[in-house]
Amino acid sequence: MSVTTHQLEVSIWRGGAGGGEFERFGVPAQVNQTVLDVVSWVQQNTDPTLTYRYACRVGMCGSCAMMVNGEPRWTCRTHVSKVTKDNRLEIAPLRNLPVIKDLVTDMDPFFDKWVAAESVHHPSMTRRDPIKPVATDSLARLVANDGIECINCAVCYSACDTVAGNDAYFGPAALNRAWTLYNDEKDAGQQDILDAVSGEGGCHNCHSQGGCSHYCPNELNPMDAIAGLKRATVKNWLRGK
Amino acid sequence: MMHRHRNQLLWLAYALHRFSGLTLTLFLPLHFLMLGQALNGVEALDAGLRWTDSLFFKIAEYGLVFLLTIHMFGGLRLMALEWLPWSGRQKSLAAGAVAAAFAVATGFFLTAVSP
Amino acid sequence: MLTFRLYMLQRITALIMAPLVIGHIAVMIFAVQGGLSAAEILGRTQGSLWWAIFYGTFALAVSIHAAIGLRTIAFEMAALKDGALDFLSWAVFVLFAALGLGAVFAVTA
Repeated sequence: MSVTTHQLEVSIWRGGAGGGEFERFGVPAQVNQTVLDVVSWVQQNTDPTLTYRYACRVGMCGSCAMMVNGEPRWTCRTHVSKVTKDNRLEIAPLRNLPVIKDLVTDMDPFFDKWVAAESVHHPSMTRRDPIKPVATDSLARLVANDGIECINCAVCYSACDTVAGNDAYFGPAALNRAWTLYNDEKDAGQQDILDAVSGEGGCHNCHSQGGCSHYCPNELNPMDAIAGLKRATVKNWLRGK
Repeated sequence: MMHRHRNQLLWLAYALHRFSGLTLTLFLPLHFLMLGQALNGVEALDAGLRWTDSLFFKIAEYGLVFLLTIHMFGGLRLMALEWLPWSGRQKSLAAGAVAAAFAVATGFFLTAVSP
Repeated sequence: MLTFRLYMLQRITALIMAPLVIGHIAVMIFAVQGGLSAAEILGRTQGSLWWAIFYGTFALAVSIHAAIGLRTIAFEMAALKDGALDFLSWAVFVLFAALGLGAVFAVTA
């Protein structure tokens, strides 16, 4: 791997739940370098106390999501050359989540909202029942398929200003999952889902800013899924609920 | 670099919708109060209407119609996005149609207010 | 904090107002030609039941719509909650309805 002589100016947020500030580091620039490489370099060569998360480092697990120059991204799939402005990089923990330390956020609120949105499978059968074949090309199945690749990375959740302004709002990921389950013919909880997403934190809070769909690294479309949920709640109401 | 995530079209649409709604809310009570002057007789209403002759007012008026049409077309776009099963390309077409309609509305208004 | 009910109220009032807005702008384009005068306006609107219904509906719908809109903004951007939030929403509704219907009465009675 060729090493160039110039240094990147990297600002990394340091701190905890009580607050913090950006700390500057000089990081040798490489020809092929991701933001995760940059963070790892700092922790391995300059400051071992820097705390951050990653796992697969190949864009499959979503653990390395952070704010890079103000945008939520998977750092392992973000080439430095694509995002650096004037040789500068600003790296911060994901927005809209409590910070534990440095670049690590507490994902509990994210997952709690997942459950609160009834984005959990509602079984309709037991193991003693014969396996029910699922139509693979029904419209509902295709709609569900569009959203099931979500790996819970919270990039969409961080991109959303409505999440930022509304503590109770479930957010795009939880609602996207609810929509896939609503369209899943094996799920028996359609009414539970509609009830859950019609309450205080539900889908009707979405203002269609589109940040979620814009930033989803898996190219999902939570905004569309939320629109689907809105349609479903309206149809449900027109049917007399 | 704080809010780079806002550099995209749909966020701008949201922001315009919110801003226009808020501004219209601030304007509306004044509008109602002025019309309410009619209760005090024709002269009172006329006195209020004199305000509308100034150039500043005409510009403000144009701004208001602009905000109103933006808010309404933005809202209709939102409802189409939510309630009609449209694909991405059709949404762009809708946005284009809306923009054109708005341009027409503005054009009409400009001819109407010119002396 | 937008539940289904508030969401539907917002959208239904929006749909009611869409044709009213177009009508209003059309009327305004017509009315401003040659300058505005009280006599001209009142000459059209006074004693008219239809104008009263048109603008009365408009005033009521906008009162609901604006109250819910401001509620959302106050909650998301000013962190207003619970009692204070409810108070603001109702206050806006009552103010707009009173002023709006008052104005409708003023020009159509």
